[in-house]
Amino acid sequence: MTRVICMIGVAVLMLVASAAQAVAQSPHLEGARKEGKVVWYTSLALGSAEKVARMFETAYPDIKVEVHRTGSQRVLQRLMQELQANIKNADVVHTSDAGHFVLLKDKKLLMKYTPAGADRLLAGFKDKDGYHYGLRATVSVIAYNPKIVPAAEAPKTWKDLLDPKWRGKLVTAHPGYSGVIATHVLALVNLHGWDYFKQLAANKPMIVQSAVDPPGVVASGERPVAANTADYNAYATKKKGNPIEIVMPREGVPLIVSPTAITAFAPHPNAAKLFTDFTFSREVQQTLADSEGLYTGHPEVKYPADRPKLSELKLLQVDPSELEQRNEEIKKRFVEFFGA
Amino acid sequence: MPDTLARRAWPAMAMERSVAVWILAAVTLIVLMALPLGWLGWVSVSSEGGPTLAHYGAVFRDAQLQKALWNTVVMAFWVGLASLAVGAPLAWLTARTDLPGKGLMRGLIMASFVTPPFLGAFAWVMLAGPNAGLLNKIYRSVTGSADPLFNIFTMPGLVFVVTIYTFPYVYIMIVNTLGLIASDLEEAASVLGAGRLLVAATVTLPLVAPAILSGFILAVLQALALFGSPAMLALPAGFHTITTQIWAFFHYPPKVEMAAAFSIPLLLATALLLQLQKRLLGRRGYASVGGKGGQRRNIPLGVWRYPALVGGLAVLACAIFLPYGILAKAAFTRAWAQPLTWDNLTAGNLAFTFFEYSATRSAILNTLQLGVLTATVGAGLAALLAYVANRRLILGHQVLAFLALAPIVIPGVVLAVGLFIAYTRPPFLLYGTLWILFVAYVTKEMPVGYSQADATFKGVHAELEDAGRILGAGRLRVLREITAPLARSGIIATWCFIFIGVIRELSASIILFTPGTRVMSVVIFDLKEEGQFGAIAVLGLFMLVMTFGTVILMQRVLGRDFMGVRQ
Repeated sequence: MTRVICMIGVAVLMLVASAAQAVAQSPHLEGARKEGKVVWYTSLALGSAEKVARMFETAYPDIKVEVHRTGSQRVLQRLMQELQANIKNADVVHTSDAGHFVLLKDKKLLMKYTPAGADRLLAGFKDKDGYHYGLRATVSVIAYNPKIVPAAEAPKTWKDLLDPKWRGKLVTAHPGYSGVIATHVLALVNLHGWDYFKQLAANKPMIVQSAVDPPGVVASGERPVAANTADYNAYATKKKGNPIEIVMPREGVPLIVSPTAITAFAPHPNAAKLFTDFTFSREVQQTLADSEGLYTGHPEVKYPADRPKLSELKLLQVDPSELEQRNEEIKKRFVEFFGA
Repeated sequence: MPDTLARRAWPAMAMERSVAVWILAAVTLIVLMALPLGWLGWVSVSSEGGPTLAHYGAVFRDAQLQKALWNTVVMAFWVGLASLAVGAPLAWLTARTDLPGKGLMRGLIMASFVTPPFLGAFAWVMLAGPNAGLLNKIYRSVTGSADPLFNIFTMPGLVFVVTIYTFPYVYIMIVNTLGLIASDLEEAASVLGAGRLLVAATVTLPLVAPAILSGFILAVLQALALFGSPAMLALPAGFHTITTQIWAFFHYPPKVEMAAAFSIPLLLATALLLQLQKRLLGRRGYASVGGKGGQRRNIPLGVWRYPALVGGLAVLACAIFLPYGILAKAAFTRAWAQPLTWDNLTAGNLAFTFFEYSATRSAILNTLQLGVLTATVGAGLAALLAYVANRRLILGHQVLAFLALAPIVIPGVVLAVGLFIAYTRPPFLLYGTLWILFVAYVTKEMPVGYSQADATFKGVHAELEDAGRILGAGRLRVLREITAPLARSGIIATWCFIFIGVIRELSASIILFTPGTRVMSVVIFDLKEEGQFGAIAVLGLFMLVMTFGTVILMQRVLGRDFMGVRQ
């Protein structure tokens, strides 16, 4: 056991060392050191965000990362609320609502910056004008508790969730909070129409805020089935030994590419660039894939053996501009159907 | 000392100097109140095309918002009734009967009084969630039933959780009144042959009726203003209350005018209720209440002694034992819903909360800074104002007392909306700093601080001060050398009350915080949205330790009961 831990330790050190080496000659390093910190507004699950921050601080000990994690919609809310009060706090913004970046770009709040190596990212992870890049991706899935629901009875499709037998047994996250779920809702509205959510609401699901929340609810048994959740959190919950299984519905799974960008007003621009470069390094991207179960646009990243490849999945894609335009409608109708 | 000499020579000048201090305190208070409420009112009727009632129209025509209003009325009414049903008997039992373990009972009621309600709500999610809740699991395994016994994510569930942390307001109100009633009348009735229950119903009850009614109103007010408990229990159930709806108006894109227009009715309702309560209490013309002398003897409960004790403890088990127990379990286990086995035990939540999650330390630091600063400034200001009002030092001192008590009608969320509008624009750009939270907390805690300080100065007789003045000391010197030492313990109590109020504050903080100025309650709220039960439990217990540390310290230093309950 101890040997395993030592080996992991050595491996981590080597990774960090090579990561540090890879960007040690960064032109932003000197300026970043002077700035001393970078402020990161992110919707990445808290544990994952803290992990990335610690990796960066290990590679650059004299630069601190201030992590401010909350749901995608709340990240945007904070950012805009602060700007309205003339507060310029955020350096790097990362959410799971691609529509946000359409909006922020339109309002000229983003800095044009291509992270080192980002031109090699897969298509779909790059803004054509070079303002934002997909840091990570996940798919929205169904999850269930195998201790309560036998595999044979588990829902296989999004439509299966409408069966009255799931009344009082579902949990859903909220598009007014989560960018993953906002994307999910639009993808399914495009597929099955608003009527789908009206019928889903008839099953009286428990309503939580973040897409990160349902796996815990399912694993605890509070509700045996998650009508939607970010796949990576369900995977991470399962990895910890909790009773939860993931279902990739046959109709396809909404793909959520989560962009990251530097703000136009970044108070620590050099640190922001250094940090952004770092998050797109193979090491960080591989860590996101390994320990967090995320998908990334990095061409060299290898996925764990128990994960389907993105190319093997039937993906439901959503146009970011459409997401931006219909954001209000999505929230309003969701509240109308689900009550809160 | 030349300074003293000068003051002896020109006492009038010393007087003027002190007047400047009083006026400054008064102006501070007016600004604290007027600015946010003024902006709130203005924004609720303003539009680009001039004054308008459109926001009110929009707010009251919306079916969703009407539902939120109705839910709030229903919740607050039932909380008021349920708090009475629990608080009044407990008050009578601990004040007038020979119930065993009265000290313990009072201690536990105090513990429920200072428990942050949102923490209790969170604990009850783990206790009475319909499927994973511990109590429901036990119920199912005992009865074999497929249905849950409780569902906390319902209106009755919400009323229950709010009640167990609200009934102490009713309790304190009634227990203090009972302490003022001499037993003579009750005994007279007994001598005339009335049974215990008949005495209680026909003699005691009418005497405490005003306290009961005003306790009911106080409980309703508490319930109206709550944010955390409905956010944790009503939102998952799919319904809003006024406070959660106001919070939701701030989601992007923010609708501040709507939030303002929706805040005004809540403000008016609380003001109206408080006015009613004041009139009830003002009519306390009963000769038997409030007199000095008169003995109070305990009524023997007979065979009901132990059943009554069990009943009381059952209530407190709901408020204290069960929630604290499940929090402790969640804090030290990997999976809170799994059985307590060695495998499931971990210190990982502690490590994550205090060492890995970077927001925790800054939040604890922010909370402590704000707690100490608010308590110090708040207690100082409250003491000044109470002193001025008690000694009638300036014209309009009654207005000061009114202003100091007025914020009690402003629910935290409403105050926050007002402050947000007032301080996100020149000349006071406080949003984004800890100062805006400080202003919110000082304003919010002022009524509590003022009533404490007021009671203190009522206990320090003006004769002593007059003696000092006659001997030639200026007012400030008298204040420093005579009044302050006598009032010291009262002021320390004020400090502690404000400190405890600040560390548990959520409803104003949730709208006013920015990522750099998060406080502990906000971090707990954020963690809840991500389902991080272990970390919340750790942080929640830490908050409780801070609270009880303050209470114990206060009791040690001052040697008095926290709630001012008369023995």
